Amino acid sequence: MTATNPVFDRIKQDVSANKVMLYMKGSPVFPQCGFSAAVVQVLSHMGVKFKSADVLQDSQLRDGIKAFSEWPTIPQLYVDGEFVGGCDIVREMFQTGELGQLFKTKGVAFNEQARPE
Amino acid sequence: MTYAERMRHKLTEGLAPARLEIEDDSNRHHGHAGSHPSGETHFTVRVVSEKFRGLGRVARQRLVYGLLKDELTERVHALALETKAPGE
Repeated sequence: MTATNPVFDRIKQDVSANKVMLYMKGSPVFPQCGFSAAVVQVLSHMGVKFKSADVLQDSQLRDGIKAFSEWPTIPQLYVDGEFVGGCDIVREMFQTGELGQLFKTKGVAFNEQARPE
Repeated sequence: MTYAERMRHKLTEGLAPARLEIEDDSNRHHGHAGSHPSGETHFTVRVVSEKFRGLGRVARQRLVYGLLKDELTERVHALALETKAPGE
């Protein structure tokens, strides 16, 4: 994959225009995959506003985001233009408080009272 | 060779793990996107390896994904990964 992939421009624009950007299967209301649902649940629990893109609606995006992030699976979370990880990483960072720290550092508003259940 | 065996082989070669557990979770995803009639699509992999020391979470998982590139392309749809260095 080279930087000439046209989907890359769209991804770059999305991850820089949206502080918290989630590439997922389905929508936050109707996730189509348990791993995507888990990430939505963490973000919602923390009261974070995020933008999402449904890769099932767009096969170019589905392949493009995997190449862009050099990460073979969906979901993928970006914060302030940086790739954070997939479901395991997001969940683990929530458990340890690192996700809250990251949001704080990046100036992302969230409910600081939200704790892992 | 099953996909689980292939993955065990590649991870053992690539990571010289102190501990390696591979669980097939495919039944829990039956009929769901990415499932396959013969199973072996969803796994939980727990690895403890010295090679992870000093690496962040993303780098650790990329290392695993890199080793299992073929399996992920051919059949395996999703891995739940736990990547630790000894003592963590």
